Amino acid sequence: MLHLILFSVFAVIAVAGALNLLVQRHPISSALSLIVVMGSLAVEYLLLGAEFVAAIQVIIYAGAIMVLFVFVIMLLNAGVEERTKGSKVALILGFPAMLVGGLLVAWVLLRAPNVGSVNVGAMYGPPKAIGWLLFHDFLLPFEVTSVLVLIAIMGAVVLASPVRSRFSRPQPEPERQALKAAAGTEPAHEETVTARRSS
Amino acid sequence: MIATADYIRILPEIVLTLFGLIVMFVDPLLPESRNVKPLGIIALIGSLGAVAASIYQMRYPGPAFWNFVVVDNFSIFFHLLVTIAAALVIMASFEYLRVQEIRAGEYFGLILFGTVGMALMSSAVELVLIFIALEISSISTYILAGFRRRDAGSVESSLKYFLLGSFATAFFLYGIALMFGATGSTDIPQIASALRLNGAPLLAYVAYALMFVGLGFKIASAPFHVWTPDVYEGAPSPVVAFMSTAPKMAVFAVLLRILFVTESPSLLAGSRPVWFWWVWGSAAVSMTLGNLGALVQNNVKRMLAYSAIAHAGYLLVAFAAAPEAGISAAMFYAASYTAMNLGAFIVVSHFANAGERYVTLDDYTGLGRRSPLLAMTLTIFLISLIGIPATAGFFAKFYVFSAALKANLVWLTIIAVVNSAIGAYYYLRVIVAMYMRDSTQEIPVMRVPAGVTATLLCSVAAVIYLGILPGRVLEFATRSAQSLLR
Amino acid sequence: MPQNYVPIFLFMGVAFAIPAVTLVLFKLVRPENPHKTKLMPYECGITPLDDARGRYTVRFYIVAILFVVFDVETIFLLPWAVRFRWLGKFGLLEMGIFLGILIVGYIWIWKKGALEWV
Repeated sequence: MLHLILFSVFAVIAVAGALNLLVQRHPISSALSLIVVMGSLAVEYLLLGAEFVAAIQVIIYAGAIMVLFVFVIMLLNAGVEERTKGSKVALILGFPAMLVGGLLVAWVLLRAPNVGSVNVGAMYGPPKAIGWLLFHDFLLPFEVTSVLVLIAIMGAVVLASPVRSRFSRPQPEPERQALKAAAGTEPAHEETVTARRSS
Repeated sequence: MIATADYIRILPEIVLTLFGLIVMFVDPLLPESRNVKPLGIIALIGSLGAVAASIYQMRYPGPAFWNFVVVDNFSIFFHLLVTIAAALVIMASFEYLRVQEIRAGEYFGLILFGTVGMALMSSAVELVLIFIALEISSISTYILAGFRRRDAGSVESSLKYFLLGSFATAFFLYGIALMFGATGSTDIPQIASALRLNGAPLLAYVAYALMFVGLGFKIASAPFHVWTPDVYEGAPSPVVAFMSTAPKMAVFAVLLRILFVTESPSLLAGSRPVWFWWVWGSAAVSMTLGNLGALVQNNVKRMLAYSAIAHAGYLLVAFAAAPEAGISAAMFYAASYTAMNLGAFIVVSHFANAGERYVTLDDYTGLGRRSPLLAMTLTIFLISLIGIPATAGFFAKFYVFSAALKANLVWLTIIAVVNSAIGAYYYLRVIVAMYMRDSTQEIPVMRVPAGVTATLLCSVAAVIYLGILPGRVLEFATRSAQSLLR
Repeated sequence: MPQNYVPIFLFMGVAFAIPAVTLVLFKLVRPENPHKTKLMPYECGITPLDDARGRYTVRFYIVAILFVVFDVETIFLLPWAVRFRWLGKFGLLEMGIFLGILIVGYIWIWKKGALEWV
């Protein structure tokens, strides 16, 4: 009973966090709501008995991936998001469509004959069980994952490293400084600063 | 313990990974200005080694790694297709990388690793492994699409492809999860037997639909095709030659395996599978939208992108057709499409020159006079894409349409034939521009480098071989179809 | 199983309660008379020159994503370590292949200079 209550509470928190993520207009606020979603999902996994997955959820998602998210937000210096006509259409059409789709899938899931309700906490997924599966039955997918990770490394380095031409010499230092200075004094940037100061 | 035969059954993947690692190892040791050739040769040896390994596998059919992969005629067919496509693209990229100043180590490495995923997709019979392989092949193509870093279009193409692609992958994953819920397994033969025992529950329908959304995106079939023109336009042309053939054919292999093996009992009994109408609709819409879209394009890359959508539609017609004839027709279509589309994009990539400047139809005017051989090669690929006899495209379409008629799909066949007629118009427009219109501008004539020549020769040979003597390949495809359905 | 986690839940509850209670309590207790100067980022009176949210260099991104990638790799070590004895030499070989492939990637990054802060 306690499990069920905890499960429902965290389910509500997860959904609320996800909704807040969509509603918030500043990316950092959205990112923080995402942490809430990830964290409550971790608790849900734990309640279902998937201990290892819960730990991973906290370490990788709530930890590493969120750091990456925040870095990217700071990298882009993304400000408050502007609502456009397009996103309003998405709001009017998308939300009902999502709702209908979700309800349909839920209805199908509930009606499925061989899908019973699982007792909360009845399943068992500690690292030892995962280790057995991962290094025996799922050996090939596990090994292939290393290739996937390798591709991710390559992609990050290729796409994020600065573009340089083989034929052009590197820019001399004073010129680079001048460019940096020029980039720093964008008029739009200045305006936002003053606007915030006066408010 | 694992037997040696198990390792032989994934030998092409092992060879590709090893050579990919060698490329990564050698890459930093060479000066960046002179590394294209050595790295390219390593990659070429790797992909040819994988071709040889796939042929060698023929003597070792059977399952491996606790039934996660199966080597049969079907997997070998697609292994050969994918690895040969990779080898051809690697061969054709040498000059392009030098002209566009693209980092060679990463380029060849990603092609080799991506091919690992594609090869694995055709032999994997377990949905989790298929998912990981699909991710490998997709992620490497997302990155490859953005390789022209200086060009905003290329970056846009990469980002668009990545965002929409990962969205589609999520659908596929959700489909896997629901299929696991419906049948209690992620192993395709076990799913098949579970569905046979209990009949297909409603949940299985939803699972099929979601998986079809995910995979339909990857093969650029309507209504999941909107990304195709933008991505193909912006991505580097040799990469487009690669990603419009190899990963796509690997996804077709996955689709064939999932859709036909899980439904084989009802298919053999002659009844229509649960996914029949989706495939029917998607095929009809893809053909129509693809061909109509291509009519108004002036950019040749965009036009070929729309034509790729249309061809995905023709291929899906074979899915809806009678199972055995349908699978073999689809496989034959996959082989001939790979040959002709790869060749066409390689010609486009060579002609486009540095910075991909010359890609519009107006640039192609007078090409027949300036470089007659190049124009003739492109003409062969285009008439094959139309489906004129004596080329691969003719028999590909012929087998697909006759398989559809065998299953009494009269309406679908009519739509397909009408679409082929529409398609002829825009392919012919390019040919007319090349031979009958005079050029209005000065376009430098580039010497065709040896690698591109070799690739084009191989593609032309394949197109003509399949167009004149389709028998052997079709027979192999039929045998694979039988082994798949059993 | 989750019974074993009750202490952790209690711990989490306490951890969440402390900041919540202190914030509410101090809000009630403290005197409140805000002033424009006091709310500025530097209370010592220096006028801020620029926005705190500047654009960061893309180098941070490479470091962050490499961290994520190798974090994922490390996660796989855990189920292997707890089963190490039982998996034996074969397990060691499996992990060796997995790590070997990734170490080539690591060497590649290193040699390529992606870790250097130019």
